[in-house]
Amino acid sequence: MITVTVVLAVAVVLIVSTIYLVSRKSRSKPSFPSKTSVVARRPIEAPNGAVISEAIEPISENLVLPGDIKRGIGRARLAFARLFGSILGGDKSSQQLWDEVEEALLVSDLGIDLTTSVLDGAKASMAVSDSTDGVGIAAAVKSQLRSLFVEQPRDLSYSQDSPTVWLVVGVNGVGKTTSIGKLSAMAAADDRKVILAAGDTFRAAAADQLQMWAERTAADIVRSVPGADPSSVVFDAIQKAAARGFDLVIADTAGRLHTKSNLMDELRKLRRTAERDPGHLTEVLLVLDATTGQNGLVQAREFAKAVGITGVVLTKLDGSAKGGIALAAEAELGVPIKLVGVGEKVRDLIAFSPDEFLDALLEMDVQNELSDED
Amino acid sequence: MFDNLTDRFEEIFSRIRGKGRLSEAEVDAVLREIRAALIEADVNVGVVRSFIERVRENTIGEELFRSLSPAQHVIKVVNAELTNALGGENLKISYASRPPTVVLMAGLQGVGKTTAAAKLALWFRHQGRNPLLVAADLQRPAAVEQLRILGEQASVPVFSVPGDPVNTSSAGVEEARRIGRDVVIVDTAGRTSIDQELMDEVRKISQSITPNYTFLVIDAMIGQDAVNSARVFNDALALDGIILTKLDGDARGGAALSVRQVVGKPISFVSIGEKLADFDLFYPDRMANRILGMGDVLSLIEQAERTLDKEIAEKGAKKLKGGKFDLEDFLEQMQQVKKMGPLKGVLSMLPGVPKEIRNADIDERELVKVEAIISSMTKAERNNPDMIDGSRRSRIANGAGTSTAAVGTMLKQFKDMQKMMRSMGMGGPSPTKKSPNRSNNKKKKRR
Repeated sequence: MITVTVVLAVAVVLIVSTIYLVSRKSRSKPSFPSKTSVVARRPIEAPNGAVISEAIEPISENLVLPGDIKRGIGRARLAFARLFGSILGGDKSSQQLWDEVEEALLVSDLGIDLTTSVLDGAKASMAVSDSTDGVGIAAAVKSQLRSLFVEQPRDLSYSQDSPTVWLVVGVNGVGKTTSIGKLSAMAAADDRKVILAAGDTFRAAAADQLQMWAERTAADIVRSVPGADPSSVVFDAIQKAAARGFDLVIADTAGRLHTKSNLMDELRKLRRTAERDPGHLTEVLLVLDATTGQNGLVQAREFAKAVGITGVVLTKLDGSAKGGIALAAEAELGVPIKLVGVGEKVRDLIAFSPDEFLDALLEMDVQNELSDED
Repeated sequence: MFDNLTDRFEEIFSRIRGKGRLSEAEVDAVLREIRAALIEADVNVGVVRSFIERVRENTIGEELFRSLSPAQHVIKVVNAELTNALGGENLKISYASRPPTVVLMAGLQGVGKTTAAAKLALWFRHQGRNPLLVAADLQRPAAVEQLRILGEQASVPVFSVPGDPVNTSSAGVEEARRIGRDVVIVDTAGRTSIDQELMDEVRKISQSITPNYTFLVIDAMIGQDAVNSARVFNDALALDGIILTKLDGDARGGAALSVRQVVGKPISFVSIGEKLADFDLFYPDRMANRILGMGDVLSLIEQAERTLDKEIAEKGAKKLKGGKFDLEDFLEQMQQVKKMGPLKGVLSMLPGVPKEIRNADIDERELVKVEAIISSMTKAERNNPDMIDGSRRSRIANGAGTSTAAVGTMLKQFKDMQKMMRSMGMGGPSPTKKSPNRSNNKKKKRR
């Protein structure tokens, strides 16, 4: 039996060593020479298992069809819109209406600060226009929400000179590898020659999963052994792309919690590799899971700080989650949501449009719409 | 977990603490802030509403206005409600009288089911059981392979047959019976709650293996949708409990509160780190204490008992008491503490740790550097750091691959530490600033 005294002793050591670390960190950080700065690059090896194979699921049509986003988020929309629909119907005091609108926004994971500011803005604008009915409230809320989106192009950009490099990052389990498969299909449909870089050398069989996507989308893949330095994989992929005239390198990375500082450092290094000649890094895409709550904002902040994200891919919108956190992230960081994942098929990654999204989410007469589509 | 909530509550309560009287308006303001704090922690909006209602009912009234320290009264009520909301008792597994005890794991994609299955298997092994893992996630590429690797790490066999998940599951249970394993854990594919086809499939798996325990695996980072998913899975599978994963990030884990309230099923296990052993039963009452900044010494003691080398720990304690704690001991204890998992997690279980320290950005790699410095010293130097002069210092710096300045800083800090330890009253049971907590713990322990 370990006694309480012992635990306390451990505790003291713990606190003391933490204080030590904390105070050291703030005072004398530079006194330790950085070990990471002297990492020698691994020799460039011929990547194992690089194959160009037949497409299993050939991509023949354009991926993003008009109306796709409506169909795609139909189910997500239904859940949200029903909430709004029932709020706005019936005979309610305006206080009741506002309370229910607040709840609907909170349930979408928009966060309490943003919800409060949207409601305050809407109320202020309604005080001017002097309408108090449900329709007026909906319109006011919608225009407030619309103002949260940034005015920036949402299409993925290519550089003038090939190869363009896209880096895909995010925490564990958000669907990075799957999104890359879909991105690859999208680029292929756009007549681009694509190489996938299997930069997730950590998770068991992540490269196998990516290889399957490469085969499906007629892309090439560069992969290495488990545990290899991800930067070297990305480096190899870019070299190969340049040598063989590929247009695009999409680099997968291992999922990492944004709190793990060593892994975030690794990602910084990966970014430096990706932007070195002959590669042209044009996109660093953060994959966000639509079911994520307020932590998603912290994720976006930390990844933006570490590697400067250029856009968000919002995945798993085909469940019942509404993904309001991506809107919160866009509002705070000014990083546009570029694509949304609405299903498991190759074509289920679609361009994001704020207007369509809001129309869908706040539509009052959804029932008819949906029965038309189904 | 819940660190953020802890900070917010600390802030809120510190404003009313010490007030002799609380007006109804003041209570309202406090409740509004608690509401905001809970919503920011991803607790479901509906759950927050009823939580606040109950706290309001129990605080406002005669008692509050008669109470000498109204803040204490409010904290007490919030604590009671939190414990209640989190589920009261922890899970006590009752094993099937005719083995094997069958456990089914289900959940959305990407929540960490496969890892949680392996961790649970290791946990059962530590309970003296012989589990078998069954890989019935035949959908995600290489999920079977992943479980096989994890099973190897946990020294637990893994069973799978290609083809149909329902057949694999029942064959797995059959196999466990045949080879005499007394617990079998079935890992299934991830699915969205609104995908009817896949929900039917997992229902069929459940019907074919009739599990003793069905756990829903939930990502601690999940937002308001937690309750929807939990509800659908509960309707389909009759859940027994929840396993909350990825608590080693800075997730706020409000799902723990919501799910229990909405589907009436408690959090049974939590996964708190990347290692397979970073997994334990969930103790609601302790968690409520933790949320309110009261620490969780019981869990800390248990974790210490599990991971620490008793002799070394006791030796260190004796040295501390005698005021003879030197660098040698420090190194030893540091290595012990490291075994208990991430520093941050352990710190969060201690009562009375100042917020600045609890929230400090701790880079665990720094510990390695400190270790390197101490390891580069001779035994004599460790026992008596004062003898380290310029030339010894540069030798140590060379050995540790760092600068002499860093060695100097480290030594100076250690001296400050020693002073601090003395002032913290480690020289026996004399009362210190922290004595209330400490005597409480002792009392608890003696019971």
